[in-house]
Amino acid sequence: MNKINKTICFYFQVHQPYRLSKCNVFEIGSKENYFIGPQNYENQEVFEKVANKCYIPANKVILDLLKKHPEFKVSYSFSGVFLDQCLLFGDIGKEVLDSFKAIIDTGQAEILSETYYHSLAWIYSKDEFAKQIEWHKKLIYKIFHKKPQVFRNTELIYNNEIAEFIREMGFKGIVAEGWDYYLQWRNQNFLYKPKKVELHPEDRKIAKNYRVRKTLPKDFSLLLKNYKLSDDIAFRFSNKSWTEWPMGADKFASWANNAEGETINLFMDYETFGEHQWADTGIFEFLKHLPEECLKNGIGFKTPSETIKAYKTVGELDVPHLMSWADMERDLSAWCSNDLQKNALERIFSLENKLKSTLNKLNKEDRDVVMDIWRKLQTSDHFYYMCTKYWNDGDVHAYFSPYESPYDAFITYMNTLSDFEHKLENKYQLTSV
Amino acid sequence: MQILMFGWEFPPMNSGGLGVACQGIVEGLSHHGHEIFLVLPKVSESMHACKPDNLNLLAAHKSGGHIECMEIPSSLYSPYCTIESYTKWIEECIGEEPENMYGKNLFEEIHRYASRGAMYAGKVPHDIIHTHDWLTAEAGIQAKKISDKPMVMHVHATEFDRSGDNVNQQVYDMERRGMEHADRIIAVSEFTKKMLIKHYGIKEWKIDVVHNAVKPNFSTYHKTHHLNKTDKIVLFLGRMTLQKGPDYFLKMAKRVLEVMTKVKFIMAGDGDMTEQMIHMANDLGIERNVLFAGFLKGDEVAQAYSHADLYVMPSVSEPFGIAPLEAIQNGTPVLISKQAGVNEIIKNALRADFWDIDDMANKVIAALQYDSLTNTLKDHGKRELEQISWQKQAKHIENVYKRITGK
Repeated sequence: MNKINKTICFYFQVHQPYRLSKCNVFEIGSKENYFIGPQNYENQEVFEKVANKCYIPANKVILDLLKKHPEFKVSYSFSGVFLDQCLLFGDIGKEVLDSFKAIIDTGQAEILSETYYHSLAWIYSKDEFAKQIEWHKKLIYKIFHKKPQVFRNTELIYNNEIAEFIREMGFKGIVAEGWDYYLQWRNQNFLYKPKKVELHPEDRKIAKNYRVRKTLPKDFSLLLKNYKLSDDIAFRFSNKSWTEWPMGADKFASWANNAEGETINLFMDYETFGEHQWADTGIFEFLKHLPEECLKNGIGFKTPSETIKAYKTVGELDVPHLMSWADMERDLSAWCSNDLQKNALERIFSLENKLKSTLNKLNKEDRDVVMDIWRKLQTSDHFYYMCTKYWNDGDVHAYFSPYESPYDAFITYMNTLSDFEHKLENKYQLTSV
Repeated sequence: MQILMFGWEFPPMNSGGLGVACQGIVEGLSHHGHEIFLVLPKVSESMHACKPDNLNLLAAHKSGGHIECMEIPSSLYSPYCTIESYTKWIEECIGEEPENMYGKNLFEEIHRYASRGAMYAGKVPHDIIHTHDWLTAEAGIQAKKISDKPMVMHVHATEFDRSGDNVNQQVYDMERRGMEHADRIIAVSEFTKKMLIKHYGIKEWKIDVVHNAVKPNFSTYHKTHHLNKTDKIVLFLGRMTLQKGPDYFLKMAKRVLEVMTKVKFIMAGDGDMTEQMIHMANDLGIERNVLFAGFLKGDEVAQAYSHADLYVMPSVSEPFGIAPLEAIQNGTPVLISKQAGVNEIIKNALRADFWDIDDMANKVIAALQYDSLTNTLKDHGKRELEQISWQKQAKHIENVYKRITGK
């Protein structure tokens, strides 16, 4: 075996939203079961489909690889709403969850921290953001008996301030997009330190209140996604008009070998394996051979925590504005740029104060139900479905929605929210103070 | 190329979308340098006013001859509605000397138009014969006999759209005869193309789809009207016939008013169902919120669109439907029946099945309640509309010509 001269850090995002059932204006006041999902996209059916195409077969491949190559390492970020669905959907949910547990139990896989509801809470409420991280932490401990040390935000939304907040919460590191606009001449295959910024005193207080550990780690590192190599797998793998098609594990390993730096961070949706790239594209074969081919080239594997431990940061990265891992723009336009999205986001987060100030009127059971609904309505996917930009481009690959149009998504969302507000007033007698 | 075209109506003397589409097509074609000889039942001074140089307007009865063609049986039928409203339209639109233009009996007139108009095939130079719908199909068939040039039949609507299940056999026969004689058929939508294949047995390879467009709009109406300012306005604008679904509009209105009270529903247009609709509004108990505006002409149309907060086209069957494009042009968002060809080119619209009253009402209410929704629809709709023009569509028609002439 060759001497290890660099490592790959895999992080797979595992998420399923609670898509909203169709809701028309006449149902307001009497709508039940918001979260079954629209016709033909019932959440349970989508879950089962993705489980059979991706989670179960992909987990089998990963588990075999971890057993075969003790050097192989991976990491996952599970949204809380995904794990909830595993617990909700009977045998298939259990099968999926057990297969993830088996992977985690090898000790070669790390779990990352994120917001329980895969939400955009950071933008609207720091308190809600921190709370959802805490909830997620508890859920991960309950299911996997692990305590995440590295944070990833919804859709890799990131800036200096988020990094500082997360550092203040006690995490060792954070992951973000390795976008050239901010990197400029610098190389994404190294660890960086986020540029230090002063948090608002109120925000610092919140972060401290929700510390995940007693003492802050000495160092805090930023792991940047190598988007070229990540996208070669996640987006280009099956594209026959791509000049590099077909891409075998050997070819990919040689590219990784040629890349300068210490750590190649490959971040992608886990659904890449079997769902975005179907089994017949050969994606599983590719995955099966990848560790072996990499090791042949002297490329090892590390989890995010191991990466942070192994390498020193080489400099400071300044990201003053919010960036994400989405689209050419790497901005937040997919979730909060058009009027529909702004209107819907403003309305869901405007409920925060009302809920928090009146919640103590409720018994614990009702309180949990109400807060769970409010938070499920924060999941970023709802706003993504209202996005008009890809839809107008007719780019079916970039645009996926269970609704006929962004307008339908918006109407369903607003009617559901109206029903929720109606119930707060009538069923729960929560009137604004 | 030189085109001998047979049209039935032409602005400002038109009763519906056929004349508007015909104008768009000839202007688009002339933009690309084609010379068009357009034969009409009647040519008026006002038509000459702003026509392009390479468009020649010819009156059918002035061809100086006539050809013996298939005898068309007399019937009390009109393409638009009932014979009464057809006659009324003739009187309104044409006034004097009706005997020279559109006859009192439509079938008789179509026959006369065909036998005389076709004679131009021996008089004007042309590479192509282009006809519109069943009304001028016979003229095209006769012209083809004279000049032996290839014929294109442009289908804007079929008898199935107009009459639902009560198809008039004579009209159907004339449509089908035209399609069979045509060398190629242009359908205004995929929706219509499917209909031609299904109901007329036309081979798929014979049909090209060319969607309609709208002319650039220069109207500058603002959202001002004389109704109570706090009232929202939902507009129906179209012929009041079965095809356009005015009854579904009223049922929707009833449902909307259960949730919102400050809404006025304006029904503009005339047709054989007008009276029935007035009664229906009464029976539903919503007559205070429904206003009947009658048939709108010229500028009034643009004005009506711009006054409305939402335009609804609940058509039962709509081969294309230019109206939503005109509404968007006037800055008004639209809700379109899913059974309309225009859906193929406009994405930024609300959509509902015409029969799904609750869904339609649900979307109307959302549009009236959320400015974010109407603003987004307006902005994106307008941007989308800018991509569509008669010049572009004329290029597609030109390609159809090229395929059959081999030029």
